[in-house]
Amino acid sequence: MDWILTIIEQGLIYGLLALGVYITYKILDFPDLTVDGSFPLGAAVAAILIKGGMNPYLTLPLSFLAGAIAGVFTGLIHVKLKVRDLLSGIIMMTALYTINMLIAGTNNLPIFANDNIFKNPWLEKLFGGEIPSWSKVLIILIIALLAKLLLDFFLKTQAGYLLRAVGDNDTLVTTLAKDKGNVKIIGLAIANGLVALSGCVFCQEQKVFEISSGTGALVLGLASVIIGTSLLKGFSFIRATTAVLIGSIIYKACVAVAISFFDPVYMKLITAVLFLVVLVFSMERKKKVKRNA
Amino acid sequence: MLELKHIDKYYNPGTVNEMCLFSDFNLTIRDNEFVAVVGSNGSGKTSMLNLICGSIDMDGGSIVIDGKDISKEKEFRRMKYMGRVYQNPAVGTCPTMTILENMALADNKGNLFGLKMGTNKKRIDFYKDSLRQLNLGLEDKMDVKVGTLSGGQRQAMALVMSTMTPLDFLILDEHTAALDPKTAELIMELTDKIVREKKLTTIMVTHNLRYAVEYGDRLVMMHQGQTVIDVAGEQKKAVDTDEILRKFNEISIECGN
Repeated sequence: MDWILTIIEQGLIYGLLALGVYITYKILDFPDLTVDGSFPLGAAVAAILIKGGMNPYLTLPLSFLAGAIAGVFTGLIHVKLKVRDLLSGIIMMTALYTINMLIAGTNNLPIFANDNIFKNPWLEKLFGGEIPSWSKVLIILIIALLAKLLLDFFLKTQAGYLLRAVGDNDTLVTTLAKDKGNVKIIGLAIANGLVALSGCVFCQEQKVFEISSGTGALVLGLASVIIGTSLLKGFSFIRATTAVLIGSIIYKACVAVAISFFDPVYMKLITAVLFLVVLVFSMERKKKVKRNA
Repeated sequence: MLELKHIDKYYNPGTVNEMCLFSDFNLTIRDNEFVAVVGSNGSGKTSMLNLICGSIDMDGGSIVIDGKDISKEKEFRRMKYMGRVYQNPAVGTCPTMTILENMALADNKGNLFGLKMGTNKKRIDFYKDSLRQLNLGLEDKMDVKVGTLSGGQRQAMALVMSTMTPLDFLILDEHTAALDPKTAELIMELTDKIVREKKLTTIMVTHNLRYAVEYGDRLVMMHQGQTVIDVAGEQKKAVDTDEILRKFNEISIECGN
């Protein structure tokens, strides 16, 4: 049972990241590599603030904010300096490596001894002493659902409509007398905010900040988005955001199963190969649909 | 009143392919005028629209609306008082959004796009009424994604959407060119109706000489960045398609088209 809980926990934590990638990849149609830097950015901000004695729950909005700022910079590089989308992300990702190091002060910052969102006096009081082990998955679930519901709400607002329109047909946004560049920047800010939030929760779950924790974050997020949206396409009552969260759990489960046969050293290789399998499989589906159409 | 004054426009400046499209080009469009613009490919029709809308920069001259120089104004700012329908039906609508969502987007043009709900439920009946006049049955498909509609249906929607909010100018960029003859006819009649009802100042570029003759109250033919025909009012009513076609052939042969 324990390993199932771990998969759900990890799946939901990376689900936050996947929600961010969903915005850039599916809505904005922007291959945003900033993700590999904004994930550890959230972790670095969380670790240093917790080390400084801040209430761990406050690190959640602050990490989101830090990620959003990173997203704004990627957007500014792309929109104002007219650098290609892929390159803007790569530039920010590279810059963030150093920035993350500067924020945390080191490439590895353990926070085992400190309070975090899963273990703190407030929770102890709530549960009357011992904090049950299932509370962890519950806390992660609450954060993930809250993020999902807020994103759902945002996508239904006027600003959300505009965000969906800009990825779909940015000329229309111009004819609506709105600056499409600004809309893209807002989208990137929200996306990277979610990614940093994911990094923040991840860091507190692992109780350590690791500079390399962002490597492959984009691949993870993309795989979750593609699995979720293509696997659950037939169920129209399931929202894309829910599908993305489910996709993330499925992907984590696949990786967990695969890794049980191999040495942990193969982790990233398995992640990449699985992503490739998912990608090819989902393209195959698309082709079939086209042929039948 | 829209004035294009002494417009210069070069393509590929500073290269061997340098081409001067406009050199001291002038055109004045009066309020409530419906201008049909024809001309061969490369005559500068679409470039003129792009200059008016601010989609491309000009190399000289100025664009003045009611005495105010808008030459430096960004495209999306000009769109506050302009509506534009493109040749490609896919450009006027959002394919992954529903008809209702598209209408709601268009309805909010000119306002802040904030955190209010994207679709104002009180407006749905108004949207349905606007779609009903198209006679395409779209009012019963409000929750259908626009991407699944045909080109003609999407272009009809694009037309309704671009004229939903108050406008000073309507820009039609060969908006019937990608449609089959019957649908094109329908869209053209619809265009005329909307333009007359809302008294819109309209600039319509078209390749269909008959539409240019039948619709609108002024006809402009362009050739190599110059106006070769410019007739309005009674004079325009006297013009027939054959005459325009003859002139059109003359200039086309010159070009070797």
